[in-house]
Amino acid sequence: MTDIFQLDGANIPFEPGQTVMQAALTAGHYIPHLCYHPEFKPHGSCKVCTVKVNGRTAASCTMPAEAGLNVESNIEEMNGLRRTLVQMLFAEGNHFCPSCEKSGNCMLQALGYDLEVHTAGFRHLYPDRPLDASHKDILLDFNRCILCELCVRASAEVDGKDVFALSGRGITKHLIVNAESGLLKDTNIALTDKAMQVCPVGVILPKRVGFSIPIGKRRYDQRPVSAQALDDAPRQADASGSCDVCEGTP
Amino acid sequence: MAADSEMQTTGLDSILDRYARDPNALLQVLREVQELHGYISSAAIGHIGAKLGIPHARIEGVASFYSFLHLRPHGEYRVLFSDNITDRMLGSQALMEQMCQQLWLQPGKVSEDGLVSINTTSCTGMCDQGPAMLVNGRAITKLTHQRVQEIGHLIRNRTPLADWPADFFRVEDNIRRSGPLLDNSIAPGDVLRAVIESGKDVVEAVKQSGLRGRGGAGFPTGQKWEACRNAPGAARHVVCNADEGEPGTFKDRVLLTRQADLVFEGMTLCALAVGARHGYLYLRGEYRYLLEPLQGVLQRRRDSNLLGKNILGQTDFDFDIAIHLGAGAYICGEESALIESLEGKRGVPRSRPPFPVTHGYLQQPTAVDNVETFCSATLAIQMGAEKFRAIGTERSSGSKLISVSGDCPRPGIYEYPFGVSVRQVLQDCGAVNTRAVQISGPSGMCIAESEFGRKLGFEDLPTAGAFMVFDDSRDLFEVARNFVHFFAHESCGFCTPCRVGTSMLKQTMDKIAAGHGTRHDLNEIEHLDQVLQTSSHCGLGRSACNPVLHTLKRFRPAYENRLKSLDFEPAFDLDGALARARQMTGRDDAGAHLKTEET
Ligand SMILES: Cc1cc2nc3c(=O)[nH]c(=O)nc-3n(C[C@H](O)[C@H](O)[C@H](O)COP(=O)(O)O)c2cc1C
Ligand code: SF4
Ligand code: SF4
Ligand code: FES
Repeated sequence: MTDIFQLDGANIPFEPGQTVMQAALTAGHYIPHLCYHPEFKPHGSCKVCTVKVNGRTAASCTMPAEAGLNVESNIEEMNGLRRTLVQMLFAEGNHFCPSCEKSGNCMLQALGYDLEVHTAGFRHLYPDRPLDASHKDILLDFNRCILCELCVRASAEVDGKDVFALSGRGITKHLIVNAESGLLKDTNIALTDKAMQVCPVGVILPKRVGFSIPIGKRRYDQRPVSAQALDDAPRQADASGSCDVCEGTP
Repeated sequence: MAADSEMQTTGLDSILDRYARDPNALLQVLREVQELHGYISSAAIGHIGAKLGIPHARIEGVASFYSFLHLRPHGEYRVLFSDNITDRMLGSQALMEQMCQQLWLQPGKVSEDGLVSINTTSCTGMCDQGPAMLVNGRAITKLTHQRVQEIGHLIRNRTPLADWPADFFRVEDNIRRSGPLLDNSIAPGDVLRAVIESGKDVVEAVKQSGLRGRGGAGFPTGQKWEACRNAPGAARHVVCNADEGEPGTFKDRVLLTRQADLVFEGMTLCALAVGARHGYLYLRGEYRYLLEPLQGVLQRRRDSNLLGKNILGQTDFDFDIAIHLGAGAYICGEESALIESLEGKRGVPRSRPPFPVTHGYLQQPTAVDNVETFCSATLAIQMGAEKFRAIGTERSSGSKLISVSGDCPRPGIYEYPFGVSVRQVLQDCGAVNTRAVQISGPSGMCIAESEFGRKLGFEDLPTAGAFMVFDDSRDLFEVARNFVHFFAHESCGFCTPCRVGTSMLKQTMDKIAAGHGTRHDLNEIEHLDQVLQTSSHCGLGRSACNPVLHTLKRFRPAYENRLKSLDFEPAFDLDGALARARQMTGRDDAGAHLKTEET
């Protein structure tokens, strides 16, 4: 017999060791998320996946599933919170979607549409984040970084390279690369790295292929992010792997 | 260039060797390199990385997390003015300005000759003897115009810190009221010996005493130790939290000065109870000056067989304590962030569950407790549960150290049985015309006169010890604004709501302070609070709005008087945007400002 918890009134079965998010996605129920990726250990930093569990709020991607939990996700209170968090992420960086080559393939943008984020909500911080165009094949546009650390995790855990890391604290926190010069060209990154594939926004970009798929025909132009996330779901994380390279993971 | 990088790597190997090239000691290594060279160069990072097997970027990431570590030369003399509201009330801002003028310097910048930098830092825990500063990590208290001027001269003459007047570095205990903790004069080892001889069950004894954690949350200590003892694991650890970062708190400093044996005895009792072999004291960097005296106490205890192998002749009772220094990060007081920091990483709180009692240091069961908790545990066992419970109240047994600062003639340490009223403390410290008291620091509560009958204790006003007094000359809006800046500065940046939200909150408070605030801003603050409370990863984010909410509720006119009557005012400040141009052209005359309309 498998255990079961409730998500917005539906029965969700789960395996021991799964989090609420993992069980929900596997069972075909979408909970909005950004820093969670089915192939990696949950991180719990963006907080977009926050749900109400027995009346208290928690990040569903890191919350261990337990029998009998009553989880509320698709309620206005939580969607309102998610809208604010997305607005915060937009305000924190420099996101000029019309000129971004990730437009249409960007999870942050797609989530904004899905959650009906129609206004800026906050004063934008306009941080100064210079590009790194030093590498011959790869461009880094830090303006769009939402600090999800997926690239950090992918490079360390899958590629075994530690190309990316975080520097600074608080609002000055930012992504850096592993080179004394601080430039991507002096790292051992390769186009075939996992770290090249995981960025949910438009930071890590292969050069010279930007607009080969026209806007309007891109991933989230076809179907909303909620539908596509479920397609990705069955590729489940190995919950046992412990990773000490990224922030906040036990 | 080659000679340069050679210089930057000299001495590194002996530091690395002292830490047995343990990657977990990365922060300690970086801290020592900072002390040795004044900053951590890229060459040094390369060298350390090669020896410890840690990527360059990850070391950079760790170093950049901590305020006291610098990746670029930051002056031979690095001056940091403590910027708690209590320092400000004692005139710290004018003193800093004076020093900047004397040394021809702007805050945050390094002088062109590389001699000195001046900046602010979060509360250094000297609120009862402020204004205070740190120079190259050493605490200096009781700043006056004269003292600051003398310091300016010493810096200009490049006088080594060791030759500065010892008086500058004197830190007073200022004990104003003592009780069973501060008066305790039992000989080191006696409680431990009695426990071993009687075979007493430490966990049971602590549980029966009703002792609750003194670090703020008030978790029952005996229960924590029991959970740690029962958790499966290859090894167990005891950690003493001496990060004492909450602004306005300085009682752990006094306990570590006066009663270090009680602290270490408590840790050893805990080790006996849970079966730990390793203990760590995580000492905030601001208390660097306590490192050598504390190491002296540890050595004395080793020499008396109170630490080390076969303690007091008990075969298999091996336990020792190492001191780890922090490097300027309030968040490292949060227990899981503290453990990350102990492991040499960025001090980012972990996802919980699992909790440290089952997955702590190196993922092994770990009991983390506050300095005062360990002292009180020793006392509770010494006195016996019944006598200990007779002090304090039903659900808050024992005594509590209160750190009193702000507007009163007798700031310092007061030990009371739990249950003392705010009014009583105010009376004892001689405060008059008190408008408000901030209980337990910025993350605690701000209360007004009508509430001074309330009592300190877990039943009513829980406190980690801070007690900041504000009289009727103080502006509670500015108090809240200072605290908001503190949280924004100390947010670790891990989670979206706190990283971005504390910055937004700071901007809004600054906007109101500049006279551009509207009712809309007050609504936005309430919205931000909702978001931070419900979605932050740890207690810092969850309490970051408290200073504003508490003062808004009790002292609303302090905000409303500043608001424009408009409902909305854009945050963009045209005149403010010209500040940079003014600075570049060296102009500050009326013609260089846009006219502001008089209201
Ligand atoms: C942001 C933050 C900062 C904290 N700072 C401290 C601190 O400086 N000292 C402390 O003892 N506890 C601090 N705590 C509480 C610790 O997480 C933990 O609860 C405490 O060390 C447990 O010890 P106790 O049970 O003896 O109180 C802090 C918590 C948070 C959320
Ligand atoms: S670069 Fe992309 S993947 Fe990496 S942290 Fe930033 S947003 Fe996340
Ligand atoms: S609430 Fe703030 S301090 Fe805590 S994890 Fe989030 S960003 Fe860091
Ligand atoms: S998806 Fe859960 S915190 Fe980001």
